[in-house]
Amino acid sequence: MLSVRLAGALSALILVSGAAAAQGAKPTDPQIAHIAYTAGQIDVRAAEQALRKSKNKNVRAFAQDMVRDHTTVNKKALALVKKLHVTPENNDTSKALVKKADAERESLAKLSGAAFDKAYAANEVAYHKTVNSALQDTLIPSASNSELKDLLSTGLKVFQGHEQHAEHLVETLK
Amino acid sequence: MTYGQRNLYRISLAAALALASVASANADVIHVKVSGFAFVPAQISARVGDTIEWVNGDFFSHTATARDGTWDVPLPAGRAGALTVKKAGPIDYYCRYHPNMIGRIDVMKR
Repeated sequence: MLSVRLAGALSALILVSGAAAAQGAKPTDPQIAHIAYTAGQIDVRAAEQALRKSKNKNVRAFAQDMVRDHTTVNKKALALVKKLHVTPENNDTSKALVKKADAERESLAKLSGAAFDKAYAANEVAYHKTVNSALQDTLIPSASNSELKDLLSTGLKVFQGHEQHAEHLVETLK
Repeated sequence: MTYGQRNLYRISLAAALALASVASANADVIHVKVSGFAFVPAQISARVGDTIEWVNGDFFSHTATARDGTWDVPLPAGRAGALTVKKAGPIDYYCRYHPNMIGRIDVMKR
């Protein structure tokens, strides 16, 4: 099960870098803003699903943390794109992220109890790893506006914390 | 001990006592910055009766929460929170929302 999830994470990562490569150029600021915002929204939706389904205290606390932080980052992102007069632009990477997240949410919907909790926690580790690699390797280096770069860097710091928190959550569910 | 030494001893003892009473009358406020997902400084020393004030400079909400669960100070984005330490001993604390943020207060007797 875990190896399947890891494989899933890896393929998502390849998809993310592959999509960027397929466009033949680094993503533009409007695309980067869209990817970062989409990635945040995806994690909020995953957390909302966990809050509907899970009764585990640690899982629920983690999910609430995800809603709080990702909503905060996305509010900042919206304020920033407005200030910079940038219109976020949908792109292949955003689409790939959404497609992968939809599939994951459907597969989690079929689980319940401890099985759901474990799968949600493992997916949160994998998801944050994927997003953090994308931020670190592609999005931050490609961003040309310095305020956007700063916000993405803050986001990376937050999401690295989430990754560790998710890893810890996985441990508590063993 | 000569008379002079004894006198000096008395004076310094009196000075030390005076200093101690001034200190207990004026409990300190110790400031800890909460910035970039860290408590800065992460480790502080305080005395019983001192107040620790955390000022959250991040645009994220944090908490300062005792590891043993005895207290929990909410630190909304851009706001401050405070706690008066009441007994001696080390206290480990963390942020409930971001458990990799950790801090420690060494509380000494007065």
